[in-house]
Amino acid sequence: MSAIGEAMRRKEDPRMITGRGRYTEDISLPGMLHAVIVRSPEAHAAITSIDTSAARERDGVVAVLTGEDMAGDFAAPLAMVWAPPGVEIKTPEHWPLKRGEVKHVGDPVAVVVATTRHIAVDAAEDVIVEYDPKPAVVDPEAAIADGAPLVWEQFGTNKTHEWAVSGGDIDAALAEADVTVELRLVNHRTSGAPIEPRCSVAESRAGDLTLYSTTQVPHIARFVLSGMLGIPEDQLRVVAPDVGGGFGAKLQVYAEEALVLALAKRLHRPVKWIETRSEHMTTSHHGRDQINYVTLGTKSDGTLTGCRVRTIADLGAYQQLITPFIPTLGFPVMGGCYRFPAIDINITGVFTNKMCTDAIRGAGRPEATYWIELAMDRLAEELGMDKLELRRKNFIPKEEFPFETALGIVYDSGDYHGTLDKLLEHFDVEAFRSEQASLRDEGVYRGVGFSTWVEVCGLAPSRAVGPQGVGLQAAFWESANVRVTPTGSAIVYTGTSPHGQGLDTSFAQIAGDILGIDPQNVDVLHGDTDQGTWGWDTYGSRSLAVGGEAIVRAAQRVQEKAKRICAALLEAAPEDIDLTDGKYQVRGSPDKSMTMAEIAGAAHIPPNELPADIEPGLEESAFYDPENFVFPFGAHACVVDVDAETGKVQVVRYVAVDDCGPAINPMLIEGQVHGGIVHAIGQALYEQVVYDDEGQLVTGTFVDYALPTAAEVPSFETDRTETPSPVNTLGVKGIGEAGTIAATPAVAAAVLDALKPLGVTELDMPMTPMRVWQAIQEGGAA
Amino acid sequence: MSATVHVEVTVNGERREADVEARLLLVHWLRDELGLTGTHVGCDTTNCGACTVHLNGEAVKSCTVLTAQADGAEVTTIEGLSGDGGLHPVQAAFMDKHGLQCGFCTPGMIMAAADLLARNPNPSDDEIRHGLEGNLCRCTGYHNIVEAVKSAAGSGVPA
Repeated sequence: MSAIGEAMRRKEDPRMITGRGRYTEDISLPGMLHAVIVRSPEAHAAITSIDTSAARERDGVVAVLTGEDMAGDFAAPLAMVWAPPGVEIKTPEHWPLKRGEVKHVGDPVAVVVATTRHIAVDAAEDVIVEYDPKPAVVDPEAAIADGAPLVWEQFGTNKTHEWAVSGGDIDAALAEADVTVELRLVNHRTSGAPIEPRCSVAESRAGDLTLYSTTQVPHIARFVLSGMLGIPEDQLRVVAPDVGGGFGAKLQVYAEEALVLALAKRLHRPVKWIETRSEHMTTSHHGRDQINYVTLGTKSDGTLTGCRVRTIADLGAYQQLITPFIPTLGFPVMGGCYRFPAIDINITGVFTNKMCTDAIRGAGRPEATYWIELAMDRLAEELGMDKLELRRKNFIPKEEFPFETALGIVYDSGDYHGTLDKLLEHFDVEAFRSEQASLRDEGVYRGVGFSTWVEVCGLAPSRAVGPQGVGLQAAFWESANVRVTPTGSAIVYTGTSPHGQGLDTSFAQIAGDILGIDPQNVDVLHGDTDQGTWGWDTYGSRSLAVGGEAIVRAAQRVQEKAKRICAALLEAAPEDIDLTDGKYQVRGSPDKSMTMAEIAGAAHIPPNELPADIEPGLEESAFYDPENFVFPFGAHACVVDVDAETGKVQVVRYVAVDDCGPAINPMLIEGQVHGGIVHAIGQALYEQVVYDDEGQLVTGTFVDYALPTAAEVPSFETDRTETPSPVNTLGVKGIGEAGTIAATPAVAAAVLDALKPLGVTELDMPMTPMRVWQAIQEGGAA
Repeated sequence: MSATVHVEVTVNGERREADVEARLLLVHWLRDELGLTGTHVGCDTTNCGACTVHLNGEAVKSCTVLTAQADGAEVTTIEGLSGDGGLHPVQAAFMDKHGLQCGFCTPGMIMAAADLLARNPNPSDDEIRHGLEGNLCRCTGYHNIVEAVKSAAGSGVPA
């Protein structure tokens, strides 16, 4: 009986469905104080004075501190860790509390600490800050025009950097094209918006600091925060308890984490900070925000010749952890599933007086998938060719994997025809077109959009993305520690740090199978820097493909040792021991066997028969750095109805066929796909972070920033193909971001298909009723 | 803010008395004073529903109820939903149908779903979706939440 492949119910769930989860905000420590941050209401201004006297006088207020007061509390500013070889990235100093000037609405200028949160909130309102406003720059293209106000005067420009990569001869490729299309596409600014806002609790006990935080990256946070505080790493423990969703918004080391640590150290009492939703919308990093100029060239028969993209990326006012890197992260798959002889990309980063952008679910790949899929549709229109036929003609064929793209990226595996074929088993295009035509006669505008997508994940081969590769000042291997206890339970520590993915379950299935232990007796630990091996945490759909493989390797080492113990006790050769149905058996002698519990007992209380060269204990670690990324892929179809009177779009059907290799737990895969698709529907139809011309955020709550509810979205039809990756033992690829990467262009294309008879050929996301209605009016066919 | 109000509230079957600040929200009393941290706060504007509890048997967003308003009332939180310590059918269905991922919206979603089924024991998909539109989930895409509610409906939820 193998646990791998089973839709095992989640080990996480019993505590969460009964209200016994422990999220950071649930942690309350003796003597704990509450911090509330005073933030800038100005987008760009000089701080001329801060008067904290009234706040200090309030009963229960323990401290009110400004940037000047805390200048000595930090040894280093917030970190930005991308240093691409040969490219200088303008990176201003970024301190937790601002001195001199504020650069965006929400920039922290002071912190109030009090005995209760209510008192701290009241006192924060008593802090009087005077500002001398300066001109703000909001639009990224305006920001790099001559004479634009400067976010940072010392740089003399708002351009942060330019990064380019090219393969093949793009000029020749576009010159020899019979047909070219040029599009300006906007991947607008969005928020990660996990339902759990951020929260951090810090305590200091005789100089040893502990931070409990809503983070996806406890190990990276310890690394960065110990440097910021100027303390050795051993004096800082970072714990990520149950984390209520991340979506990239918690892949960050934030000012508030550094602040509560510095406050706990200074005040010798635990300090807690809870983010309000408005603070989340204002100061948790945003995602996307790119303008892409895309050119595709093709021969008249539909054979693609080249793809060129010019990207303007709005990075906001500062550089956070990997802010400038995110637009670059899409480049490995910028040619999509298609064979392009030449690909050329150029990215310009831009400062504006807005919150920083950084990784949000998909991070660079949704943008790339949006432009390539919409450009393919446009090309098909120009050629008068069927959209799916154009795709099929240019798909990299199954036989050519591993396939090296024009950019030198090696796609590990793929069967793009296979996923599209399977999609069309579920979705009858001909039947749809006739239904569409008859509905149009009734005044119903129904459209279909397709996305045949590939993404790059399993971050990452350190050689490819580390200091000597793309230039991240980090490595991206993963670790695991697997320990069998004296009675035959297992404790698995993973260096990844889940926040909803269900790794307690899928990792128990993997380790349980390899060890011969019921997954119910495998306890998966994570998110505590004092508990196990160093790790590189969770993002980039890496947990299974990298962290899971580390578990495989550590568990195999434990299995090997268990076999040696078993062999010694049963007087057989270790290579003659097979693990079958949870028993370690001597091959050919099924009556001679031991359970893992028996072996574990012998490992911990060794009988005298055990040879001295077998060390006691049953515990192994493994560190795994992948040789390549993994490249999940699939084919999606979205059907929408557009109400031509109101502009309202309704998703009425959604079919997704995905390939992430063999399933460890198919139930968890489906859940990730569903959630990813709805995230993408949100981006395509409803969600947008909006700043006005003065840099004021106008979408500061869930009233203005519209997450999809259950009533906006349909149920989904999902299916899979399984093309194993050659990169890891399990053959697995990531699935956490796939839906979000795949679905945005499918939804957008469906709306455009529905609007075609109304004369609308292009429309920016989010395709809100107002935008759709306006486009219909301008389309002239209404 | 020194004005306090005396309240007597039955919480999960247990009678509780307290003198609370007049402005204290029910969710903060439950979480911070009574230690019932299963009820969560996810927004400032009554949109997300993570704080949903039952007040006199009806689902309410406890971030939008003053503790003072609960005086004399019966409040049930996720910790008290099943009463005897087993699982309420909605809780069991959420686990069985993978209706949760990060788990943060889950207590509120379960409380809202239990209320929905108490009022409408056999809802259609559409009624479930509209019945839960006051509760946001960022992880599941709602598909499996709808499946869970349908499954619980079939298993007979106590009204």
